[in-house]
Amino acid sequence: MGFPLALPSSRQTPTLTSHGLHSSSIYAPKLVLQKRRLCWSQRSFKVMAYYGLTTPPYELDALEPYMSKKTLEVHWGKHHREYVEGLNKHLANSPILYGYTLEELVKATYNNGNPLPEFNNAAQVWNHDFFWESMQPDGGKMPWGGLLEQIEKDFGAYNKFRDEFVESAISIFGSGWVWLVLKPEEKKLSILRTSNAVCPLVWRDIPIISLDMWEHAYYLDYKDNREKYANTFMNHLVSWHAATARIVRAQAFVNLGEPKVPVA
Amino acid sequence: MALRTLASKKTLFLSPGFPLRRCVAADPVLLKTRGLVTFSLPDLPYDYGELEPAISGEIMKLQHQKHHQTYISNYNKALEQLDEAMSKGDASKVVGLQGAIKFNGGGHVNHSIFWKNLAPTSKGGGEPPHAALGWAIDTDFGSLETLVKKINAEGAALQGSGWVWLALDKEMKKLRVETTANQDPLVTKGLHLIPLLGIDVWEHAYYLQYKNVKPDYLNNIWKVINWKYASEIYAKEIA
Repeated sequence: MGFPLALPSSRQTPTLTSHGLHSSSIYAPKLVLQKRRLCWSQRSFKVMAYYGLTTPPYELDALEPYMSKKTLEVHWGKHHREYVEGLNKHLANSPILYGYTLEELVKATYNNGNPLPEFNNAAQVWNHDFFWESMQPDGGKMPWGGLLEQIEKDFGAYNKFRDEFVESAISIFGSGWVWLVLKPEEKKLSILRTSNAVCPLVWRDIPIISLDMWEHAYYLDYKDNREKYANTFMNHLVSWHAATARIVRAQAFVNLGEPKVPVA
Repeated sequence: MALRTLASKKTLFLSPGFPLRRCVAADPVLLKTRGLVTFSLPDLPYDYGELEPAISGEIMKLQHQKHHQTYISNYNKALEQLDEAMSKGDASKVVGLQGAIKFNGGGHVNHSIFWKNLAPTSKGGGEPPHAALGWAIDTDFGSLETLVKKINAEGAALQGSGWVWLALDKEMKKLRVETTANQDPLVTKGLHLIPLLGIDVWEHAYYLQYKNVKPDYLNNIWKVINWKYASEIYAKEIA
């Protein structure tokens, strides 16, 4: 699968967008500008937004035996890829949605609860990017430092948080996601469940970790045993490294407020 | 005690490898405890493996013994809690339970219909509808092929989990294709809608066999659709 303008898979590269230079971040924007001449005419060209499929930050078999290579191959290679391709197809017909980072696109297409047709694909692309990065080989165990302190402050104890997270995961009706988010207004960590493609970005919450509870995420490995899947995620898969990096970044927004930049 | 005997009989017949050849009761078996009517798993009128290659035996067994059974267990639990809340006059608890009742009760209702919507090819599965239902399909959709295409398109386009239905609109006396989300039964789309045919498009209904290729599942399931049952319901409701 090739792209006209390929991006390196490293996430730390600053990317040029229509707003100017973006600082690098864990989930770096994948917007690629693409000019295309539709016909021989010198004056006509089509500018469209185009997003790429990011790869998980580990080999597809690196999460064995807790998440099989087969699952990753289908979940990432088919489902996630289809969402990306679907998004690009939609965007080819929506020039008005040009110039957004993926995060901004998700918020814009959510349209305050009245989602545009592009929302489903955009959100699922973002959700899956975030989910792969929420896991790591040899993950699980316990968080540390400031994140552990915050968890103990907001949930009482780590085990209480852990049990509530698993309980939330297995009580979702239908397809959805379970999240640990930082609520910027309350300055508190909270566990949220969302349906289908919805993600807490749309409520301006800051996601810290997520667990995909769509059946395709666990059915091949765990069949109907959602409890085992959620417990295994907490014990062996969740990346507290990624979570720590995200909460460090979140501190800038929560402790200091939204940074004010001059209007361009 | 009668309760225990019934429970142990069910266990015997649901053990792996034991073919299920009991007749389907017209209604789900009801166990009365303390005056509250609760539910138990209805039998399938065919073996788990008899719908192959359209639907694998593994999927049928999991759907029946795990998924459907879980909906029933949780539905019974919710009903007991509802009964208690109602007798105490706890209005907020009663309303709060509606989500669990719709989800688990819906799961039970929908799957009970689904088992009757399917039949092995040796027992009429896949045979196109005739008589009244056949004519109605031609009238309302043009042809059976058009209807199948429409149902497959709606099923494929459904985001997340849900069901796609061939419904009889009792008021308008017309057939309609509807979708419902999660385990919402068809009545949530209209009290006048009668389910003739429901196709489960939750991922658990096809994932082990078809993986992400939902359209293949939808194309193949028609080989085991039991139009006889749909025709019976149609004839009864339209009379």
